[in-house]
Amino acid sequence: MNVISIEDLTIGYGPHPVQSAISAQIGEGEIFAVVGDSGSGKSTLLRTMIGLLPPQSGRVVFQGASSFGVLFQNGALWTSMSVLENVMLPMDLQGELPRAARRALARFKLALVGLAGDEDRYPASLSGGMRKRAGLARALALDPGVLFLDEPSAGLDPLALRRLDELVLSLRDGLGITVVVVTHEIESLYRIADRMLFLDGETHRPVALGVPAELARSAESAKVREFLSRLMP
Amino acid sequence: MDPLFKAQAGELVVAMPERGIDPAWLGRPLAELGLEAGGRLSAVRVESPAAWRWKTADAAFFAKLLGELEATGQKIALRGLPPELEKLLALARGAPPAAAPGARPPGVRERVGLRALSQAEDARAFVALLGEVVLLLPRFVAARAKVRRAELIEVLAESSSRALPIVAVVNLLMGAILAFVGAVQLKTFGAGIYVANLVGIASVRELTPILTAIVLAGRTGASFAARIATMQGNEEVDALTALGVSPAEFLVLPRVVALSLLMPLLYIYGCGFALLGGMAVSMPVLDVSATAYVAQTQHAIAGAHFAIGALKAFVFGALVALVGCHHGLRAPRSAAGVGAATTSAVVNSIIGVIALDAVFAVCANALKV
Repeated sequence: MNVISIEDLTIGYGPHPVQSAISAQIGEGEIFAVVGDSGSGKSTLLRTMIGLLPPQSGRVVFQGASSFGVLFQNGALWTSMSVLENVMLPMDLQGELPRAARRALARFKLALVGLAGDEDRYPASLSGGMRKRAGLARALALDPGVLFLDEPSAGLDPLALRRLDELVLSLRDGLGITVVVVTHEIESLYRIADRMLFLDGETHRPVALGVPAELARSAESAKVREFLSRLMP
Repeated sequence: MDPLFKAQAGELVVAMPERGIDPAWLGRPLAELGLEAGGRLSAVRVESPAAWRWKTADAAFFAKLLGELEATGQKIALRGLPPELEKLLALARGAPPAAAPGARPPGVRERVGLRALSQAEDARAFVALLGEVVLLLPRFVAARAKVRRAELIEVLAESSSRALPIVAVVNLLMGAILAFVGAVQLKTFGAGIYVANLVGIASVRELTPILTAIVLAGRTGASFAARIATMQGNEEVDALTALGVSPAEFLVLPRVVALSLLMPLLYIYGCGFALLGGMAVSMPVLDVSATAYVAQTQHAIAGAHFAIGALKAFVFGALVALVGCHHGLRAPRSAAGVGAATTSAVVNSIIGVIALDAVFAVCANALKV
């Protein structure tokens, strides 16, 4: 079953389109990667999908999945709150659980991303990678049906990145979460992505959609083949 | 609720409810859920219903259970969990705690001490910056300082022409208020004309330099702090240092020079509006002519008053610029740090201006000027 349908979408800021003619279907439990050149509109596509930017034309339709969590590029933590309070806030706003249960769940989610023991620290005292992991714990706070990750690999060391990939795979395999990830990290792409969409910054159109290993061998676009063949599995 | 826990031949059996763990249970002690203390255990076995679709609350529950059981030093095996849930649990339990165990927050005395040390360090850094700027002045005068002309012109514009309207309004109103208060009191003694003396001396010697400095602290000093703090956050200051350029020379020196040279000009401009405000109120309230008011003002204000006022303006200008730059350079590298630097710059500039004015008053009294 498809959870997200992207239908002939044109995205951009103001009157200037960044990408056009984007169409894709994302299935339940799929890990779908958005890759491309710098400035090709990967993050713009993600912002449009989650409703922060209106599409210039076309539409994005969610089917079935009722909630989504988002990890922004820099974590986007609220600086006046501790890490634990950041993760608890979505649950606080939902108001369904007692405070002690919310605390326990938030602590568990921080432990999942490797931040056990850092609960009382404030974002200003965390490194970029830690802020990003805390942002991921917050994105997971409400057990979303779809998880959007905007460049989760930036600022993470290889071990932390592998751990993040394992977490994403566990969540997908165990809970059936659908994941849309914007990434530059080819190793991670091969490790977790079921399919990928390549946005070309020169033609301002998607030039490839498919399984990464297959695209590396047989994509029509030479740029895509070169991009993916740097690290063939 | 059916019993969740059963002890069975050295094993703890967890009978999972059909719909999994209720997340609200995570906030309750396990004893309340039926876990009996004591006894040696080698394993936890999970009896999971066929239709069980686990969630992260289930994983958090098992993490809590294992954490409590293993707190007694026993190593507990976990059986019967779906493999993906086991993997998730391993991820959460494998994370080493980053904070030092047992670290306690500092007490009141420690906090006071730490705060005092931080203030002392702040004061030392301010004096060091002041010294660096003073030592750099000869290079600036000799046009050998590493200062961009465009930057200097921007700072001059920011501190002068764009500040003119607010300096005019504040001083005009201050002169008018002084004249009102003075006129009401002095008229009762038949000494209304001396309002010109009151407005003239008070504004030229004291109030115009202070008010102009306070206006510039809120306007220009704050913008210096915000600009430099933002540069800190963007690592622009680090990039300058890496190039071998001192931030004090490139960023602070042009701002201090610009503001300390412009403040005396703004002071003269402000004095004009303060005297105008006093005259505008005195003429209708005291029924004096403009000529009489101006003549009385000329008679009241000595050259020494102007000299003291201009000297104060010069020093206050340098102080406001230095304090703004100092807080910008010491700002934490975050968006919140920019706000904190701006607030500190304004507050400390105002306190500094008033404290320096008191020093001027004592010195002037000692010198009998």
